[in-house]
Parts: sequence; C-alpha cells; structure tokens
Amino acid sequence: MSDSTASGPVLAADGTPLKRSLARALRMQKLRALMLIAPLLLFVLLTFIAPIADMLFRSVENKIVVTTLPRTVQALQEWDSNSGEAPGEAVFQELYYDMFVAAEAKEHTKLGTRLNYERTGISSLFRSSGRKVDDIGEDHVKAIENASDKALKDEALWFEIMTGGAGAETNDAPLSAGRQRLSNLTDTSFSGDIGFVPGSAISEILPETTQAYTDFALFTAVADNDVVAEEDPWETAFVALATELQADPARLDGYAGPGADALKAAAEAVAGLEPIAFKPAFLDIDKDWGDSENWKTIQIYSPRTTNGYFLNAVDLQKGTDGIEARPENQQIYITLFTRTLIMSLIITGSCILLGYPVAWILANLPTRTANVLMILVLLPFWTSLLVRTSAWKVMLQQQGVINEVLVWLGMVPDEARLVMINNQFGTIVAMTHILLPFMILPMYSVMQTINPTYLRAAKSLGATNWTAFWRVYFPQSVPGIGAGSILVFILAIGYYITPEIVGGTKGVFISNRIAYHISSSLNWGLAAALGTILLVVVLLLYWAYDQIVGIDNVKLG
Amino acid sequence: MKLMNLTALVATTALVAPMAMAADMADEMTIVSWGGAYSKSQLKAYHEPYSEKTGVKIINDESSAEAVAKLRAMNEAGNVTWDVVDVVAADALRLCDEGLAMEIDPEEHLAAAPDGTSAEDDFGDLLVGDCFIPQIVYSTTFGYRTDLVGDNPPTDVCAVFDLETYPGKRALEKRPINNVEWALLCDGVAKEDVYDVLATEEGQEQALAKLDTIKDEVIWWSAGADTPQLLADGEIVMGSTYNGRLFSVIEEQKQPVAMLWDAQVFDLDGWIIPAGLSDERKARALDYIYFATDTQRLADQAKYISYGPARASSAPLVGQHADLGIDMAPHMPTDPENAKNTFLYNYEFWADYRDDIDAKFQAWLAK
Repeated sequence: MSDSTASGPVLAADGTPLKRSLARALRMQKLRALMLIAPLLLFVLLTFIAPIADMLFRSVENKIVVTTLPRTVQALQEWDSNSGEAPGEAVFQELYYDMFVAAEAKEHTKLGTRLNYERTGISSLFRSSGRKVDDIGEDHVKAIENASDKALKDEALWFEIMTGGAGAETNDAPLSAGRQRLSNLTDTSFSGDIGFVPGSAISEILPETTQAYTDFALFTAVADNDVVAEEDPWETAFVALATELQADPARLDGYAGPGADALKAAAEAVAGLEPIAFKPAFLDIDKDWGDSENWKTIQIYSPRTTNGYFLNAVDLQKGTDGIEARPENQQIYITLFTRTLIMSLIITGSCILLGYPVAWILANLPTRTANVLMILVLLPFWTSLLVRTSAWKVMLQQQGVINEVLVWLGMVPDEARLVMINNQFGTIVAMTHILLPFMILPMYSVMQTINPTYLRAAKSLGATNWTAFWRVYFPQSVPGIGAGSILVFILAIGYYITPEIVGGTKGVFISNRIAYHISSSLNWGLAAALGTILLVVVLLLYWAYDQIVGIDNVKLG
Repeated sequence: MKLMNLTALVATTALVAPMAMAADMADEMTIVSWGGAYSKSQLKAYHEPYSEKTGVKIINDESSAEAVAKLRAMNEAGNVTWDVVDVVAADALRLCDEGLAMEIDPEEHLAAAPDGTSAEDDFGDLLVGDCFIPQIVYSTTFGYRTDLVGDNPPTDVCAVFDLETYPGKRALEKRPINNVEWALLCDGVAKEDVYDVLATEEGQEQALAKLDTIKDEVIWWSAGADTPQLLADGEIVMGSTYNGRLFSVIEEQKQPVAMLWDAQVFDLDGWIIPAGLSDERKARALDYIYFATDTQRLADQAKYISYGPARASSAPLVGQHADLGIDMAPHMPTDPENAKNTFLYNYEFWADYRDDIDAKFQAWLAK
C-alpha cells in the first residue's frame, strides 16, 4: 500500500504527468476548433458587431461642437442662457478666432449642418459667417499693413519676428496647442516638422498673435503644403496683433528682437483706432448672432456626448430647463414605433393563419407531390423583392386587376372602387405575401416530424377530429409556429422597401424614416438612435418571448 | 531614420516618375448618374464622344439617388471610388458644406462660350455653390389626363387644389419642398412673399392646412417614375413629376396626358467632383467636365431628353429629338411659352428649413 508510485503523479506513456499531457491535448483540440470557426468569427465581428458598435457610438457622439469652436464653448460656460440676451464681446472674440480657423479648414459648414438639426437657420448662419469672417477688423489689418514703413506687408519679416530670428530661444507650447487644435478639428494628423517654431520672447509679449500665426503656419505647411515664410499670414494674426497692441502698447518696451521698429510702427498705426468690436461685426454679418436661442443651442450641445439624438427619437427635446416634449406638430417617432410593432404583429398573425394550413397539407402529402408544391412556396424567393412588390401595385390599385374584376362582376360600383393600396391594408397584404415562406418552412419541417400515429391513436380512443387536432396535433406543432413567428416578426419590424412602395402615408414603418435620415437629411446620429431603439425593442420582445414561451420550444425542424 | 526616409523617397520617385511621364491623367474613370433615359442621354452626348477623343474607359454607376450618403461613407472610409458625380443642386450644396465635394473655379476649369463669353457669365445665376457645375435645367411640374378633365383642361396650378372642378386622385411628392410653395400660392400668398411666409410657424401651418383640404385625394410618390405610371394607368387625374418623365409619357408612349406648365419649379442638375481624389484622377475628372459642359455638348444632350441646357449659349443650338425627329425647343422647361410663371428652387431657404419643415410635414402626413 505504501508503494511510491501511488503517492506520485500518474504518468502518461512518454513519462510526462498524465494531467499535463491531457490538458495539452485538450488545448490543442480547442485551438483547432477555434481555428475552424475563426473565419466565421472574424466575419461576424467585422460585418455585424463592429457596425452595430459604431451605430451605438454614433447615436451619442457629439464632439463636433467642441472641436470646431473650442474657445467659444469655453467662454460660453460663463453665459447665462436664460438671460434672453446674446453673450458679450468676449465670447464673440473667441468665436472670431474659432470661426476663422474652421472656415479655413472648411469645417464650419459641417457644424452648421449639425446644429441645424436642432435649430433651423444655423446652417446658413454658419455658411454666411464663414464666408465673411475674414472681413472682420479690416480697418485694423489695413492700418498695420500701411503703417509708416509698410514693413508688416512683408511675409518674410513676419516669419522672422515670430521665430525671433536664427538661434533664438524657442517656445513649443503654442505649436503643440495648435497641432492639437487642428488635428481635433480636421481629424487628420498635424504632426511633423513644419519649418517653424515660435520664439519664446515674442510668445511672451504677444501670446495671442503668436498663437494665431502658429495656427496659420501649421495649416499652411501641413494642409496646403506651402512654405510658411513665403505666405501672407492670416488676418487673425493682424487682428490679434492690433488687439494686443491697443490693449497695452507698453508691452513692446524693451523688445529688441527682429522687427522691433515695424511692431512699434504698427502700434502707432492702430493707437488712434477704436478697438475692434467683434460682436457688432458678427451681428453685421448676420443679425441672427444676436438671437439668444441660437447661442442656447450651441451651449446645450457643447458636451462631447449627447442624449439629444435619443430624446429626439422619442419625440422629446432638450430645453434649458431639462427635457421637454417636442411641439405636437413635430411628434412622429412614437407613432411610427407603435405602428411598426402593431403592423408587424398583424403581419405575423396573418402569416400564421395563411401558412398553417399550407404547411399541414405539405407535411401530410406524399413526398413527391409535397416537393412539387414546395417549389410553389419557394418560387417567390427567386423573384426580385421589388418585382413582387410592384406586382401588388398592379393588383391592388384602383384601376388594378382586383378592382377591375369586382367592377366587371358588378360587386363594386365603378365610381366607388376599393382603396386597397397606399394604406395599411396594402402594406399588410404585400408583406404577408413576401414573408409567408419564412412562416411555412419552419412549420413544415416541424410538422413533418409529428408522428401521424398519434392522431390515429387519439381518434381510436374516441376523440373527435377537432379534439384530436387541438389536443394532440396542435401542441406538437407549436415550436414551428414559434420559430416562424420570430423569423417573420423580426424581418417585418425592419422592413423598408415594401412599405415605401405600397404603404402611402399610413402604412410606412420606422425604417422608412431611418432610411430618410441616412440618405437624405444625413442626420446619421438620429438614424443611429432610431436604429438602436429598434434593436433594443426587438431584444426586449425576444426576452419576453423566452420568458413566456421558452426559447427551447422553438424548433426549425 | 534619415536613411529610411531617403530610401523610401528614392523608391517612390522611382515608382512615380515613369507613371507621371506616361500620363498625368488617369485612363479610367467612374461616372455616377441617375440611370434610365437620363444616363442614356449622357452616354450619347458626353461619354461616347469623350472616350472616342481620349481613349479613356468610362465606368457607369447608377447611384446618384444615394450619392450624398455614399460619398460620406466613402469619405469616412478613406476610399473614394467615384470620379465625377451627377447630383441635383441641393445635394451638391450639402456635399460642398460637408467638405465632400471639391471646389471648382468656373473661370479656370470650364470652357468659354464660342462667342468668347466667359463660362461664369454663360452659366450666370445657375452657378449655385462653389462645387457645382450645372448641366441641365429641369422642372417639377404637373401633368394631367386629357380624357379625365372634360372640355375644361386646367391652366392654373391651383387646379390641383380644386376638387370640385377636377375630382379624382392627384399625385404629389412625399416631401414638403414644392408642395408647400404651391399650397401657399393657391392660398392667396403673393409669389414674391412665399418664402417670407414659409419662414414663419403660421406660414408653415397655413401651407399644411391648405394641403389638408386635398389630403384624402393625394397619392404620395417618392420615385420620379411613379407619377407617369399612375397617369398611364388612369389612377390619377393629375400629378407632379419631372418634366422629362412627362415628355416621355406624352411623346414616346403617346398617352392621353398633357403638361400644365404653370408654376413649374426649376431645379438644376449637374456635376461635382468628390474631394480627396489623387492628382491624376482629379486632372482626369476636370478634363472630362471641361469637355462635357461646353456649349455644343450641353446642346447635344437635349437631343435625347427634354431638359434645358444650363448654358445660355446652348439654347439656340438645341435641335430635334434623335429618334422621334420632333423639335425639342417647345418641350424645354425654359421655353418662353412654358416659362410664363416659374419658381426657382430656393436653395438657401431649403438648406435651413428642410429638416424643420420636413419633420412637421411627415408628422402631418402620419396623422
């Protein structure tokens, strides 16, 4: 009993412990299995999970406001949106710098489109402002250019002033701030050597001007592929210079770097001018900048993520005092969601009613005949969906086949032909027809497995035909109905093309609005939110179905 | 690091240099359009002569209806496969706003008229937006069944709202644009005030209230082919659609249908070049557009379809239909006889109000 092998590990034939050897074999097996399903897994990940994740992300993503107008958003935090007045000069000054860069990068119209979903008119407000923003401070720009020696008309001198001359001490901070700002704005990288680094002396004396010039330098070198020293600086550099020199001309005292005389001349040139008034300038471009509602929209939608799309998708909106209902004449999505659900249920129900007898006949006929009939069930699958739907148009319209026949038979008077299309009835008929095979096939395969002797046994024990069917046959066919119903319902809830063609106004589904927002209004955020809600509703229903019927009771054959 | 950059540089120069020498333009291009008779007219008038002249292979894609969404998706994926895209002006503005279309300077990139008029003056007001080169003027207007209106054919757009004189269904497009303008016009608003009124809540309600009076008798269409089919089947008395579709119902299919040109809404269709093409492809696309939008080419297109050329200098050159042999000039929406009372699609207004009014319109439709 005290044999040494009993206390030691059991060994495999090659001398390794059996446990380890077994684990290795199992691991190999698992790995092989994983390799086999890897293509499918990858396919599902790439084509299914990733797009859904992307959709979920899009429905809350909202960074465009803060990347396009970072300084404005910052300044706007101080503003009280209930004051009923547009923000003050300080915010407009930030707006000027933001708008200028955004307009150079042609990003301002994107933001205009985005905010126009929330408030009508912002689209053209941004478009017109982007076009005219470089006119702001025109007099000051001219005054600096035409200062006594006209030195600042020279782009090479600007470059020298801003670098502080060869070998001067440099300051990287404005450069990295500018890179960050521009790459956030345009979603492209602004890294790499641009042949310009701001000098540290000048960036201390004229920080705003240095930043404006650095932004210009980055954009010129990276986006336009030009040499910084050979290009005229943006108007923002002049405007910043004028503002800074007017605020405190003494800041140039003691400056001995390159272009000191030119800067002094510029300071003298702008000394006599009024400071640049940004707010009146913007109001001059478009008076809507004075409308506090527009500013409220910018403020409400400034966070990087928003629940605005989801609120919109359930007929709510963001107000200043929290969430509120949308005006009644814009409420549509709840109606469409409920309509989609109810009509999908009706379609599923009519598919069960029509499909059950067909499946029963197929399952109880001799195989040869059943196969021929099966082709008739499958035939519609081989016809284009559009053709089938259009055929229903020909059948159902007022001058269509059915109405013509009814009128000819005298069952319907000519002047009161039945309206069977462009309404809910048309959608239900056409979709029931299209989805019917999805109901018949699972039912048929389940019914085939039901042993006919059960029915005979029931009858021989004295059951009537009905009792035998209802108590014996039907319960066994329920898994087929369950599978068919899930298939049909889930397909129906996301249907798009058939309701679009035969649904008119009362027979369209939520998918039609999703399609509109994807392809026409380009409001992808809202479309994503609607899609997400639809997905959640389907999952919830599936869960409920599992709770009530049990998913084990679903069989496809 | 330096060495690597250098070798990379040498390698790319070695690769690119021979290509650049052989041709600065791509020798294949994908042109996107609407399909059907319209694409055919472009094939005959532009693509075939261009391929003949340059030997470029042109691939046709019929995706213009989804062009905006697809271009945005391509742009996000960083893989733009289209070179020239045919879109309506409103979509072109949207694409330009979104930075998805490149700006084209008409002076630099378009041919002058034969008499030396600059392209900018030749296109005139039709150059809307910075990215869009118009090709044709089309209009959305009404056609009616001549056999269903008795001996009192409509001459006024307000016949659409007159259920007593013209009972029966009518077809309108399932969107607010054009419909609300017509509604206000027929509700007593003066033509020049229509957009001022529409900019107000009350004006929008007024337009929907007017449409409400015929709501039960309207079939709403979303594809341009719907109205011609409904007219041909006698489903409707009158319906709005693009004038070229009505031309083919009337002249090619010889259906008992006539045009009601009153208050037709002019719109433009034309070319854009997607942003972000490589230099060779961009050069090719610009070369194609230079060719396809010259005076003669635009006039040629009118031989195959009844849309008016966008250049003033093309109008006198419009001849006869290539197959039917009828004079095309009287079928042009821009013909003085047809253009007595017209609207021009207000791009600026609809860019702002489209989302808002569409939400209200769809909510009203669903009621």
